Order: sequence, then structure tokens, then C-alpha cells
Amino acid sequence: MMHSPFWLSLKISTIATLIVFIMGIILARIISRKIFPGKSLIESILLLPLVLPPTVIGFGLLYIFGQKGWIGSLLMDWFGIRIVFSWIGAVLAAIVVSFPLMYQSATAAFSNYDQNIENAALTMGASKVKVFFTISLPLAWPGLLAGLVLTFARALGEFGATLMIAGYIPGVTETLPLAIYFAVESGHMEEAKIWVLVLLILGLSSILWLNWWTRRNMLTTSKE
Amino acid sequence: MLKTNFSKQLDRFPLNVNINLGNEIAVLTGPSGSGKTTTLDCIAGLQHPDDGFIQLGDNILFKGKQKPAPVQNRKVGYVFQNYALFPHMTVKKNIEYGAKDASLTSQLIDAVGINHLMNKYPAHISGGEKQRVALARALATQPILLLLDEPFSSLDHQTKVQCQQELVRLHKLWKIPILLVTHDRHEAESLGHRILHIEKGVLKEDK
Repeated sequence: MMHSPFWLSLKISTIATLIVFIMGIILARIISRKIFPGKSLIESILLLPLVLPPTVIGFGLLYIFGQKGWIGSLLMDWFGIRIVFSWIGAVLAAIVVSFPLMYQSATAAFSNYDQNIENAALTMGASKVKVFFTISLPLAWPGLLAGLVLTFARALGEFGATLMIAGYIPGVTETLPLAIYFAVESGHMEEAKIWVLVLLILGLSSILWLNWWTRRNMLTTSKE
Repeated sequence: MLKTNFSKQLDRFPLNVNINLGNEIAVLTGPSGSGKTTTLDCIAGLQHPDDGFIQLGDNILFKGKQKPAPVQNRKVGYVFQNYALFPHMTVKKNIEYGAKDASLTSQLIDAVGINHLMNKYPAHISGGEKQRVALARALATQPILLLLDEPFSSLDHQTKVQCQQELVRLHKLWKIPILLVTHDRHEAESLGHRILHIEKGVLKEDK
């Protein structure tokens, strides 16, 4: 049961989403507020997965994390970790394709309120860490949460890059989108239908929940 | 006691600020874009001058190429133009956020007359009330200098006059230098012990 495509997908997407959520917030905070040479290039690179076909991302990941890739060979030599054809590879693919969504959401969320609110807290003697956790994070929270849901949905649906780096190994890297593709391929339409339904329900419920949460949030805290 | 003599290059002209301020209310006037808010931001530490110095009491806040004092350690109260109240916190939480001393804070709340607002959120109080909360919130941190950026600009006439009188009264209690920015000439004359006029980055005192 734990090796079923459903649980595997859930595990991979959850881990990828948590990593992307934290990384996205940190990078959005660091990069979007500062002006430095090369900023626009760095932002473009971070957003690149949004416009590239997943196969190109998969190729890039293989190139870097493959057994002869420069990070892949180091990981193998030092820690004996193999990325290709493992579920870690699927997590990696999900992270890369979903990162731009979180980064964009976080950047928008942190610029969505009057920056003088943070400045006011600073002049009142609060440390930058205190300002981040008591002011910035709560004010940006609705936008960050929207980013989280988008990230999770994108990670859950990742197909092309996952197939290229993690391959199709039943029970190891067989996520829901892969399971659907290979079920159809081998004529198991009934099995494919079930997984399609599962993905539909997951997608629809996350959007419904997000809409509900946003509306409730607007009513109760009634921000300016 | 605030002493500044600093310069900063703005988009269209250099800003030069030479102010010596005791425990009095000084009003800084001038047209939009003349460098008023930049002046306040530099004193508060939200922006930094290019050169010169800023001294508050015995503390050097900024001096030439030395590392500027962090905003948090400057003991400068700042009331922003739109008040910048924390929208997700009640009035009480707003005031307690940087408050140093509970008994002084409750005196302050009485003095400003906002006791009945404590459990409300900023979105549910009027402009004049926001202004009072912002003032109380800034004073609760026990600043040794108070900066106000157009604090009365969004208030109707009656509330404006009331809040101005209140500021004068609070100043008599608190006895700290206050630097207030306004572009309302009348307000400047009725409030300020001293009136400083800034135009295209050049500061002059009206005698």
C-alpha cells in the first residue's frame, strides 16, 4: 500500500513543497528587496523552469545530477546517494518545476503591504528577526499560502522531468502522472481512470480550500 | 537634543540638512519632493546620507564613512504619514509591541484618550483615532526624539485641530524634540516653535 502511486506521489510532493516553500520565502526576501548587479539575470534563471519544457529541465537535471554529472558523481562518491532512478530524483524534479510558482507568489506577498509597517516596527526597537516573524510573515501569509497550494499542485502533477531523471520504476518512482501514462500505454484504462479521478479530486479540493480560506481570511482579519 | 549636518544626493538635486533642535517642536515645510520625508528617514535610519553626521543626545547616529547606528537602537519615534499601524494586531497589541514600561504605557493611553479602542483592529477605527494610536505607539517606546510625517493630512478640519492641540499638550508632558513635516503653512505657524523651510534640498529657517 505504501508503495502505491498515490502515497508515493503524496510523499514526493509534500517533501518537495516543504523545501520549495521555505526556499521560496527566503530567496524572495533576499533577492526581491535588494538592488544589485545581475539581479535581473538571477531572477530570470529562477523563473526559467516556468517557460522551459519539462524534458529540457529533465535533461538539465540528468546533466547535473546524473551519475557522471558534477554533483551526481560527488554525491555518489561521498555519500553513496544516487539521484537518478530514485524517488529523490522525483523530489528534485518536483522542486525545480514548482519553485518559480512559489518564488513569484512569495515576492508578490511580501510587497503586497505598506513597507512602512515593517519600518515602524524597526523604529520601535524590534530586531529584523522579530519583524519578520511578527509582521512580515503574518501579513504575507495569505499570498504565501496560495503559493504553497500552487506549488503542491504543480509538484503533484509533474511528469516530464520526473520521467527523465527518476524513470519509471513501479513502487519506487511511479508517481500518479507516471502511473496514468503507463496504465494507458499498456491498455489498463480502468486503472488509469482511478488515478485520474484521484488527481482531479486532489486538484479541485485544494483550489476549493484555498478559495474558502482566502474569503474567510478577508472577512475575519479585515486588513486595510 | 538633535544635531545634524548631512548631505544626500537625491534624483534631481542634493539634499543638505543642517538642524540644531532642543526640546521644542520644529516644523519642516516645503513642496512635495523637496526632501522632507528623506530627511526624516535619514534621522530614523531607514535611509542613509552620503556624508555628514547625525547626533542625538550623546549618541552618534551617523558619521561619514562609519557604520551607521541601526534603526532599532536609535530611540527615534516615528509616526508615518499613513500611520503604518499593524493591521493584524489590535490597538492594544500595536501599542505594546515596542513598549518599555507597562505603567507608563497605560498613562499614555489615558493621556491620548484611546482606552475604549484597545480591542479594536486598525481597520475599524477612524483616521483621528489611528493618528492617536500611532502617536501613543511611538511614545510608548520612550523615544528621545519624535518624528511625524504629515500626521494630520488625512484628517478633517475639526479632528485636525483637536489632534494638533493634543500634540502640543503631550509635548509639554514629554519634553522631547519633535520634528514634524507638513506642507500646510497654517499648521506650521500654529504648531511650531520653529519653522524650517526646505526647497529643492536647501533648508532655511524662517525667523
